[in-house]
Amino acid sequence: MDALNAVTAADLIADPMLPRQFRIAQVTREVPGVFTWTLKSLDRRGFGFQPGQFNMVWLPGVGEIPLSISGDCREPYTLVHTIRAVGPVTNMMQQARPGTVVGVRGPFGRPWPIEAAVGCDVIFVTSTVGLAPLRPLIVEVLHRRDDFGKVVICYGSRGTEDILFEADLHEWRARFDTNVHVTVHAAHSGYRGRVGGVAAAINIARIDGAATQAFVCRSEALTRQAVATLGERGVTGDRVWVTLERSMKCGIGLCGHCQFGPSFMCKDGPIYRFDQIEALYSVREL
Amino acid sequence: MNEHAVAVITPDGLAALIGGLRDGGFRVIGPRLREQTIVYDDIDSIADLPAGWTDEQDGGHYRVRRRDDAALFGYNVGPHAWKRFLHPPLLRLWRAEKADGALSVTAAAEPAERYAFLAVRSCELHAIAIQDRVLLQGPYVDPHYRARREGVFIVSVNCGQAGGTCFCTSMNTGPRAQEGFDLSLTELLGDVHEFLVEVGSPQGAALLATVPHRPAGSADTSAAAGVVANAEGNMGRHMRSDDVRELLLENLEHPRWDDVAERCLTCGNCTMVCPTCFCTTVWDENDLSGEASERKRRWDSCFTMDFSYIHGGSIRSSGRSRYRQWITHKLANWVDQFGSSGCVGCGRCITWCPVGIDITEEVRAIRATSAPQHGE
Amino acid sequence: MVQVVGLEATLAAHPFAHDLDAGVLELIVGCCSNAVYKPGAYIFREAEAAQKFYLIRHGLVSLEIHVPQTAPIVVETLEEGEIFGWSWLVPPYRWSNDARAAEQVRLIEIDAACLRGKMEADRALGYEIYKRFVPIMGKRLATTRLRLVELAMEPAPPPPKHR
Repeated sequence: MDALNAVTAADLIADPMLPRQFRIAQVTREVPGVFTWTLKSLDRRGFGFQPGQFNMVWLPGVGEIPLSISGDCREPYTLVHTIRAVGPVTNMMQQARPGTVVGVRGPFGRPWPIEAAVGCDVIFVTSTVGLAPLRPLIVEVLHRRDDFGKVVICYGSRGTEDILFEADLHEWRARFDTNVHVTVHAAHSGYRGRVGGVAAAINIARIDGAATQAFVCRSEALTRQAVATLGERGVTGDRVWVTLERSMKCGIGLCGHCQFGPSFMCKDGPIYRFDQIEALYSVREL
Repeated sequence: MNEHAVAVITPDGLAALIGGLRDGGFRVIGPRLREQTIVYDDIDSIADLPAGWTDEQDGGHYRVRRRDDAALFGYNVGPHAWKRFLHPPLLRLWRAEKADGALSVTAAAEPAERYAFLAVRSCELHAIAIQDRVLLQGPYVDPHYRARREGVFIVSVNCGQAGGTCFCTSMNTGPRAQEGFDLSLTELLGDVHEFLVEVGSPQGAALLATVPHRPAGSADTSAAAGVVANAEGNMGRHMRSDDVRELLLENLEHPRWDDVAERCLTCGNCTMVCPTCFCTTVWDENDLSGEASERKRRWDSCFTMDFSYIHGGSIRSSGRSRYRQWITHKLANWVDQFGSSGCVGCGRCITWCPVGIDITEEVRAIRATSAPQHGE
Repeated sequence: MVQVVGLEATLAAHPFAHDLDAGVLELIVGCCSNAVYKPGAYIFREAEAAQKFYLIRHGLVSLEIHVPQTAPIVVETLEEGEIFGWSWLVPPYRWSNDARAAEQVRLIEIDAACLRGKMEADRALGYEIYKRFVPIMGKRLATTRLRLVELAMEPAPPPPKHR
């Protein structure tokens, strides 16, 4: 098995630009335009990561892009990436069949600071495909449920047809120790759920703002709204963690593409404490 | 003052140094006149050096001119920086071939040759040290830079005159080479054409021992000091540099950015010639059969639209934001990232900008409308 | 007729009445009544005369807009502690959408004509009412605009399911 790959494990550590090979074991269609790859490593060794980290994923013959890991970090023999088809590489990824060999470099990035939330109430705020990068953190928090106070998940989607990981949301809601609030932007009459933006879910969340750590995964334009709404509930910027996005080519802080002010997003981020980047965040086209 | 051992050699001694390096298996790179420009290229012998040439530099202007003497190093820096050897413009990283349902990935071999750089200026020594910090001292090391950087033999030269766009004194990077070299030369153009040699390392001492040389006397050292003082005294540009980081970070929405945006072509020349710019991009080259793929890396520039592109568009789509990114990275963010300014005052970005945008002038313009503590 | 007993306390307990001067509270109470709606019941319909506004005591209210060929679209839901209905303030005093009980809903209804009359007579009262309505409407407008941004940045929606 190993003889196939001229690159050894030692090479991978010495040169993080070399890919590790994984086979697509399963492709799951999620909501329209979104699909999940379940990957198994060819070398049969596990893949360790922390919630919030990402990989540089290579589809041979097409290209390599940064992708958040969306699986359970306690299951190292399955690597899960939930992908939205939005560009040339992801559109080709959507067509890849099980059995395809892909390359993975990583994990990279600063993970969600789960230890900062121990002993606190925890609120997750996300919308549409943003639930994917947040999922490993939710899963890990629920694995260690007793380490936290109240746990609230606020999720917003476009409509009732594109609620991501709906089964997971139902499972989490079914737990008596977790509150799940889902909002949709529009629905047909007769829908008995909440209609609005996810800010509406934050507004009714039963949390003690002063004792809450918030984890937000939304597009940059809407992250500000989430932070403001959380602020109105008493969750100040030093307890709000956000994840941002920039162009990435190397993932290891050497190509320069992912810079955000003085920060290299691939190694100093992509997860940031909001108050620490608030000034940068306000500068357009930074 | 430095405590380097000093000696004096003649041009023949320098020729012997070059020969000694080549005999030692080094690939000697140094300044040569090619296509009306002084560039860095292979040096076979002392005859390849641009003897009797100088350069004339200003914003968007570079010309070579004949000197009225035979100085071997009587010019400043051209469009090439040493990064083109240590951090190559184009590099193949690895090759992947389909094999038995998987891929066989082979990393490209690093070059076996060792470089000797001849005529490295003080600003360039600082630039190399800056790139060492960027590429060797982060959480991830660039193995290709390391392979090329290790074992480089450096012969530096102290500038005898400043270039039209030079401002190393403003950036505390010259004109005198302080450290980071194996040997450092100061060209003495008195009655006798000689070079004061300072030894900077055991390897430098060993090489010097193999070529004819004589001890340096006080006349030699004061002549050399005079050469350096001459360069110090006629810098083409100046920039107050102790507060640039704060000045720029406090002025991210200054109207000057709109002004420079009207002139900047976002051509990226400045990033190509800058000796500290290190940004790269990677891409795949696939063969037509689909059986093999090569991952390659090349220099990239923050001035391109592609540089900040993520799905949906570029984060920095205006030229204004791209120019601001370059200068605030170079002069401000670099300090937070790597502990020093990214600018060494070599002036290349001024010389090679097609429209002559001058980094020192842009900083001065922002300073002019800022708070009193940022006065000139 | 309107049951005034206990209504003042109920009104005072609603977030909308927070910090309301006792005199103003008493003026408004005179226009108030309780109401209960079963799930699915219409509270008001688009284009009808806007004769009331509503404070939600309990339950989910959906604001809907009729669309030909399919079921009406819910554009927003509001719940306990919130208010809805602003067309009573703005001529021609006609509702711009439907309001429907998504589940069992208990409301305090405030008679618009009654209150408008009192506001005309007492400008200070009018100012207090506007001071409470305008920020809520402004916040809803800003939030709606951000919802537009979120929708504009999402990829094209899936084709509608046939009903």
